Amino acid sequence: MNGSNEMSAAEQRGRGSLEVPEGLRREIEAHMALYPDTRSAALPALEAAQRVHGWCSPEAIEQVACVMGVTPAELDAVATFYDMLETEPVGEHSVYVCTNISCSLRGADELYAAIRDAAGEDPAFNVRAFECLGACDIAPMASVDGVYVGPLCIEDVPQLLEDVRAGRPVLPDKQLATRLVADPRANSREFPAHPAQGGTRG
Amino acid sequence: MSDLLLFKDIDEPGLNTLAVYEGRGGYESLRKALRMTPEDVLRELEASGLRGRGGAGFQMGKKVSFLPKGSTEKFLVCNADESEPGTFKDRELLQKSPHMLIEGIVIASYAAGVRRSFIYIRGEYVLQADILEAALGEARAKGYVGEDILGSEHSLSLVVHRGAGAYICGEETGLLDSLEGKRGNPRLKPPFPANQGLYQGPTLINNVETLCTVPAIVRMGGSEYAKLGTETSTGTKLVSVSGHVRRPGNYEIELGIPSREIVYGLAGGPPEGREVKCWFPGGSSSPVLTREELDIRYDFDSLAKAGSMLGSGAVIVVDDSTPILDVAMKVAKFYRHESCGKCTPCREGTNWTVKMLERMDRGEATPMDLEIMASVQEHIMGNCLCVLGDAMAMPIGSMIAKFRDEFERHIEDGRLNVEDGRLNAPRTAGAAT
Repeated sequence: MNGSNEMSAAEQRGRGSLEVPEGLRREIEAHMALYPDTRSAALPALEAAQRVHGWCSPEAIEQVACVMGVTPAELDAVATFYDMLETEPVGEHSVYVCTNISCSLRGADELYAAIRDAAGEDPAFNVRAFECLGACDIAPMASVDGVYVGPLCIEDVPQLLEDVRAGRPVLPDKQLATRLVADPRANSREFPAHPAQGGTRG
Repeated sequence: MSDLLLFKDIDEPGLNTLAVYEGRGGYESLRKALRMTPEDVLRELEASGLRGRGGAGFQMGKKVSFLPKGSTEKFLVCNADESEPGTFKDRELLQKSPHMLIEGIVIASYAAGVRRSFIYIRGEYVLQADILEAALGEARAKGYVGEDILGSEHSLSLVVHRGAGAYICGEETGLLDSLEGKRGNPRLKPPFPANQGLYQGPTLINNVETLCTVPAIVRMGGSEYAKLGTETSTGTKLVSVSGHVRRPGNYEIELGIPSREIVYGLAGGPPEGREVKCWFPGGSSSPVLTREELDIRYDFDSLAKAGSMLGSGAVIVVDDSTPILDVAMKVAKFYRHESCGKCTPCREGTNWTVKMLERMDRGEATPMDLEIMASVQEHIMGNCLCVLGDAMAMPIGSMIAKFRDEFERHIEDGRLNVEDGRLNAPRTAGAAT
């Protein structure tokens, strides 16, 4: 963040200048260079601005619009369409809990409630129920700051939040990255047993 | 059961790196393809009978042949916005074998005369996009992507584009609008993307798994590939099995095996003491089938004949401990959330379906609600620009048709709750049955 954040975007416009953090400007311009039509950079540009500002604030959108040469309204329309772009201020750490069909059959609704309760009013967290995250093999699961973990049980919740607070890798044993393909013919290595789990209302 | 094609070596440590992939014969198919003419490569793709693995099941070779010939700038877009509930096969390929996808894209673009390509990957797949970008960097450095690939006259640029969370961006025209930096609203078809797609140019859109299959087809030859599977559903298919099964996960099957073999043989069936109540053969958009329908062969045509569809190959199993109302509610709420709001039947139909299901859940519904709900589904079908509304109407319609008794019992139970004179005492979700 630089000093320009002390002023509102509108105030800056009134002064005839809108300062965009240099790193952000460069990142947006690099994305724009990848496409025949620079407007294609809208999503990566908004994502970059969200990383800098914490959410797609009016100021963040003004800055992207300024670099891309489009109107803020056009970008506003885009930002409000996508689930991962936040149009309200949110906690720094995102916890997306998949509550779609496959995860809910394995207890995702209870998991989501438990994570919400445990995170409570902690402003560091942005706990959201999310649509299918494409990891039904580790259901119920969550994406914690982009890292997929599962299958989760209620007992994992304190550790999950503690790992995030401490800045440690979240639940290392449950990260999707380490998981082998389920097909027994696809690998000769021993496949770790999936914890026996029943339905949601056992 | 045939040898594995896509999952061969899939868990080999480091397969996502160029060195290991090349050590396993990677990019040999590209070399072979570049020694052939583009027309010959296309002929192999057509001979393979490969049908799109994303959901619609359209023949890939035919799709390529629809692109206009000549020097018009054409595009190839790989649809990696895997978000059909229950589907997670492309994730496995992206994460573990990204070079297979890159190789498939380069070969397909050669056959189609395309020089600019994009991979639209859903924003939630952070790990997979990072791995893909690293692999792409290696492929560029080695000359597999870029100008004059391997000394040939074929050049291709490839950009990894990350989405930001929207189911509808998996719909091909919604994806194109999103890739152009807009809201992901589907477009009116025709014109089809093969004529007017990305930036109004002719565009070939293929799913990750489809493109990953291309190197195998070039290696084996199209007619050899077509010997796998059934006559109209050739080859192998990745299936993602989830829900109430003992071994959820991705499996590679030869098309045409009995579905029971997938649900019970591979995934182990429901937990001890439970039975299959219903199952979605191709993601949450597909009409549900019952336990009596487990012997249907798992291929495009057999499932279509049974009134459902193979879709993305996502088998979601629901066991008999789950009320059908809960399943319907989850499905309907998802489509309500994801409707882009452009077409009235979908925007309103998904919303009213959820409201009627909620009334049933609260014990406030009348038998008429069930009739209205059934008719709402019929009025969504085929009346929108894209199939998102249909994707709710098909499974909900099938649930009403196949589990009408249970819905009626639920409504009746709710009605009995007013006997003590109080108005519709609220009930806990899914207390029926």
